Amino acid sequence: MVNGNALLDARDVTIRFGGLTAVSHFNLAVGPHELVGLIGPNGAGKTTVFNMLTGVYKPTEGEIFVGGVSTHEFKPYQITALGVARTFQNIRLFKELSVLDNVKIGGHIHYQYSSLSAVLKTKRFHDAEEVAEIEALKLLQIFGLEERAGTYAKNLPYGDQRRLEIARALSARPKLLLLDEPAAGLNDRETRDLMQTIHGIRDKFKIAILVIEHNMELVMGICERIIVLSFGKTIAQGTPAEVRANPVVIEAYLGEPAEAAGV
Amino acid sequence: MTKSLPWFLRDFLWLGLFVAVLVGLAYGLEAIPIAGIAYYNRILVIMGINITLAVSLNIINGHAGQFSLGHAGFMAVGAYCSSYLTVYHFAPSLEKMSGGVPFSAHIAIGHSFIAIGFGALATQQFVMQNVYLVIAVVAGGLLAAAAGYLVGLPSLRLRGDYLAIVTLGFGEIIRVLILNIDKIGAARGFSGIPHWSNFFWVFLVCGLTIVISWRLVQSSGGRAFLAVREDQIAAEAMGVDTTRYKVRAFVIGSFFAGVAGGLYAHYMMYLNPQMFTFVKSFEVVAMVVLGGLGSISGSVVAAVILTFLPEGLRSVKDYMPGGRDPRMVIYSIMLIVLMLTRPQGLLGRLELWQVFGRKKKRNEGAAPPIQ
Repeated sequence: MVNGNALLDARDVTIRFGGLTAVSHFNLAVGPHELVGLIGPNGAGKTTVFNMLTGVYKPTEGEIFVGGVSTHEFKPYQITALGVARTFQNIRLFKELSVLDNVKIGGHIHYQYSSLSAVLKTKRFHDAEEVAEIEALKLLQIFGLEERAGTYAKNLPYGDQRRLEIARALSARPKLLLLDEPAAGLNDRETRDLMQTIHGIRDKFKIAILVIEHNMELVMGICERIIVLSFGKTIAQGTPAEVRANPVVIEAYLGEPAEAAGV
Repeated sequence: MTKSLPWFLRDFLWLGLFVAVLVGLAYGLEAIPIAGIAYYNRILVIMGINITLAVSLNIINGHAGQFSLGHAGFMAVGAYCSSYLTVYHFAPSLEKMSGGVPFSAHIAIGHSFIAIGFGALATQQFVMQNVYLVIAVVAGGLLAAAAGYLVGLPSLRLRGDYLAIVTLGFGEIIRVLILNIDKIGAARGFSGIPHWSNFFWVFLVCGLTIVISWRLVQSSGGRAFLAVREDQIAAEAMGVDTTRYKVRAFVIGSFFAGVAGGLYAHYMMYLNPQMFTFVKSFEVVAMVVLGGLGSISGSVVAAVILTFLPEGLRSVKDYMPGGRDPRMVIYSIMLIVLMLTRPQGLLGRLELWQVFGRKKKRNEGAAPPIQ
């Protein structure tokens, strides 16, 4: 597809846990500014793919390139530095820290200075902290969380926690944002808001987004391209319309055609 | 007003003020005409050392969330290393300076700040003694930091209880090692350490430890500590090199523990491996947990309480039938009650001023707490 200037390029990636092949021969190229969906039934290996892309798991076979760099020997934090940030299926905020600090930690790689300048409170420290504060507040504003900047993350309502996680990931200034079931547990109105938000941040930050989601309305509504996984294998990919019409997908994922019609 | 000054000048002014206050206090407290003032001074100095230990352990346990039970070990490394330097190198060279006059004759003068006004030799000796003390204590801290680096390394793979056990084992290894080195006294204990440390140095280090630990936790690196504590996987996904920050927490924490150990050695003038068993580690952990894991002022408050409590309970013995000493029983009951009523510690994760700030806010009816 976009192999030449792909932001993310997973080539023939396979991972086995003991005898179980969780994902086999997975191929994916994401170009700049693309919005790609990754769907599949429970246990299809979607989150495993995310974990491989972010370096939590090492693929047994195949290789993953981020911006042309092989990430095989990279640790998760190094992959983040290459411009890949993620959210988690089961929210993983820094619960006992303030909303503002959560976002500031997201930008960790961009506001570094030596411990010595922190202890001596040098100009460098003040400058970096000022930028961190401004940038974090800007992001919170986009997500409508600036009023809650001082609250503990654990005290936010569920929907806000999901948004804060996205804000935190964006604060790492990624080129590619991985969203793992961002709409899980949200009601219809919140989901529609989220669709707009995802679209909005893609355009505002000029980034590519790869999203795992069970909510068909969201995936079909915003993704330009969809990849369907089932039992670790890619069974279909294409535009939402193509995927929706694909009989293999309907059989493997949506079950009965009647449900597909409901989308 | 202070903000418009460049950082080095502002900090310098504060440091100068702090030093002046400490010098004043050091004199003032010694001069108070109360019977047994030396006893109270001694408790104060031990309190300062305990605060330093608690605040430094709080960096490892409270901020970075790596449960360490080896703080007595780091303290021992610092204490023995600095004492070795003074006993075998610095004290003899100071003696040489005085032209064969027994060193002990100068201790009394050198110890006190009034010595500045004395003759050239005494002044020179006084200065050299304190320079030597600083070098020895910092060297002890650095060796402890190196030990902290070594212990920090397994923490890359271990979490929670397992790490606690490894650090506990480390503390014991250090103690057994010392027991088998004859040059530093082995089981006899290490005696003949000059009395160079005093109220001034202990509280200078104590203050520096508090300020440094506070400034660290306010910085980007400090937030990385907290992120590691809160959620290691998320921290790593946010670009935090968790390995590096865990080891860094160990190195910084053990450095200050080593410095505290060095000052302790030069105050007590005698070291024994029995001073650095895991019981000492637990004592420091109790301070940190009691004050609230992650709260610097909590560690300070708890260190003050846990230093004075056993001392204050000494007199209880007089009212007991048969003169039995129920000190430790009362001490432990108080700890248990505190932990039952406030499991998050006295201050939780907040600092002193935040606790009061919160109350104020609640009174004004603003920002209702959501739980």
